Amino acid sequence: MPREMTAMERVMTTLSHREPDRVPFFLLLTMHGARTLQMSIPAYLSNPMAVVEGQIQMRERYGHDCLYAFTYAALEVEAWGGEVLFHEDGPPNAGRPLLESVADIAKLHPPDVSRSPCLQRMLTVIRELASRAQGTVPVIGAVISPLSLPVMQMGFGPYLELLLERPDDFEKLMHVNEEFCVAWANAQLAAGATVLGYFDPLASPTILPPETYRRQGLPVDARTLKRIQGLTAVHLASGRVEGVLDDLSHLGSVAVGVGFMEDLAEVKALAAGRVALLGHINGLAMRRWTPQDAEAVVHDAILKGGPGGGYILSDAHGEIPWQVPESVLDSIAGAVRRWGSYPLKAA
Amino acid sequence: MSDLETSASLEQALLTLDRVEVHRIFEGLKHRDLSEVAQSIVVPALESIGRGWEQGIVALSQVYMSGRICEDQVSQASPAPVGFNDPQPRIGIAVLCDHHSLGKQIVLSILRSAGIPVVDLGVGMSPEALALKVRAKGVQILLISVLMLPSALKVPEVRRHLSEGSTPVRIVVGGAPFLLDPPLGVEVGADAVGRGASDAVGLVRALIEELQCPEK
Repeated sequence: MPREMTAMERVMTTLSHREPDRVPFFLLLTMHGARTLQMSIPAYLSNPMAVVEGQIQMRERYGHDCLYAFTYAALEVEAWGGEVLFHEDGPPNAGRPLLESVADIAKLHPPDVSRSPCLQRMLTVIRELASRAQGTVPVIGAVISPLSLPVMQMGFGPYLELLLERPDDFEKLMHVNEEFCVAWANAQLAAGATVLGYFDPLASPTILPPETYRRQGLPVDARTLKRIQGLTAVHLASGRVEGVLDDLSHLGSVAVGVGFMEDLAEVKALAAGRVALLGHINGLAMRRWTPQDAEAVVHDAILKGGPGGGYILSDAHGEIPWQVPESVLDSIAGAVRRWGSYPLKAA
Repeated sequence: MSDLETSASLEQALLTLDRVEVHRIFEGLKHRDLSEVAQSIVVPALESIGRGWEQGIVALSQVYMSGRICEDQVSQASPAPVGFNDPQPRIGIAVLCDHHSLGKQIVLSILRSAGIPVVDLGVGMSPEALALKVRAKGVQILLISVLMLPSALKVPEVRRHLSEGSTPVRIVVGGAPFLLDPPLGVEVGADAVGRGASDAVGLVRALIEELQCPEK
């Protein structure tokens, strides 16, 4: 009887568009470790060793195929000196925008990763997880793309107006953000991250028309990803990918995120083995799932995304809400083990 | 050109962010009553764009910019907001707990373009602070926009604080958590769930009528 693959073997096999022993799944849990360790979310997220222990313990319970070093998106805004609001019942959010006017762009300097306490905390998490994993479990880091970071730097509305109507100022902002993104990404890879989630919701046709993304966003992503010295997965944070899948598949990333409102089988066919897929599960709806709901959703996703490898089951947003109970996560894990072994079973 | 055709032309100009063409269309309608133009041409164009986003054929950036461009044109055409002195229940809009104001801006723009006066109550408020502001401003129809699930789950707290006052307030909720998890609106006890640009005007007008003619 062949031995069970390690999580690393399983994930790398599927990313190579071959069928491993079973469909890999990622439970992208940023806050649930706080519950496991009986800490508040703010206390947990500001303690790297707690995050490490939380990730290890959650993986021991659920048996999913990654260790997730990402803690919160507003971490990058914090590094830039922006306001971050911490909550007891959800992820930290960016507060008042860092850039109050377009004129502030000229004064922006990318933060120095080596001197940023919050970034150094995440690097500590990565180093420690990589050390504990010993190459058997992928350690997932994350960066916000230069194209999408300004949503938190300026506010969504003002940023859209800049992007669409002030191309020169947009380009200035992109160049500053690109320098930071590349430095931050490479620091995480050097610390031991296996693959980076490249969070880029602005690339999705949900947010920008594809022709606008191709004209203004795609060059930014192409330049940035070319300079990142390791594996990346472009993640659209629940946004649709159809309409830009062709473009994203040429960026050199190994995987692309799929929204839960899309037809996973259709997207898989369009991907045609050029890029693996990740996601598709509705994290918001998970909160109210019965075990039967979890089983049905997971089984359906496996049958649509799993054939031929090239699919990692996970939530579509890149972060499972705090309100999702552990019993639902147990149900998801159980369903993957029941239905995810290759060759896949329809019933 | 019929109003239908003009609305379709306006819609196309908005989708392509052609401010010059949008201005030309509005200039051509200067001779008409602005509230009639809003009703017959502007709102249908914006609602169509909103429906396009729900169907996945229009991007959120187009919805947002369309609303902003129309709001600019309407405010240029009429220095005093149209309909502001009409006696009607006061409407307020706010972002609860978080600071993501795009959804609020989209709804605000379309309502103002439709000549419906709305008080902007702000962003990032706690349920108690929002309730205090609602009572201070005499708001009777409260539109709550959220991006985050934890914020959505605090709507019942807003209701609880408002119930301490004498005037009942209708609560309409909107934002990604409600779109992506439809039962959530019922769970938090909202009077209605808005999808955004496609139904904001219709929902608000229905509530105004309900409050003005409760015997119907």
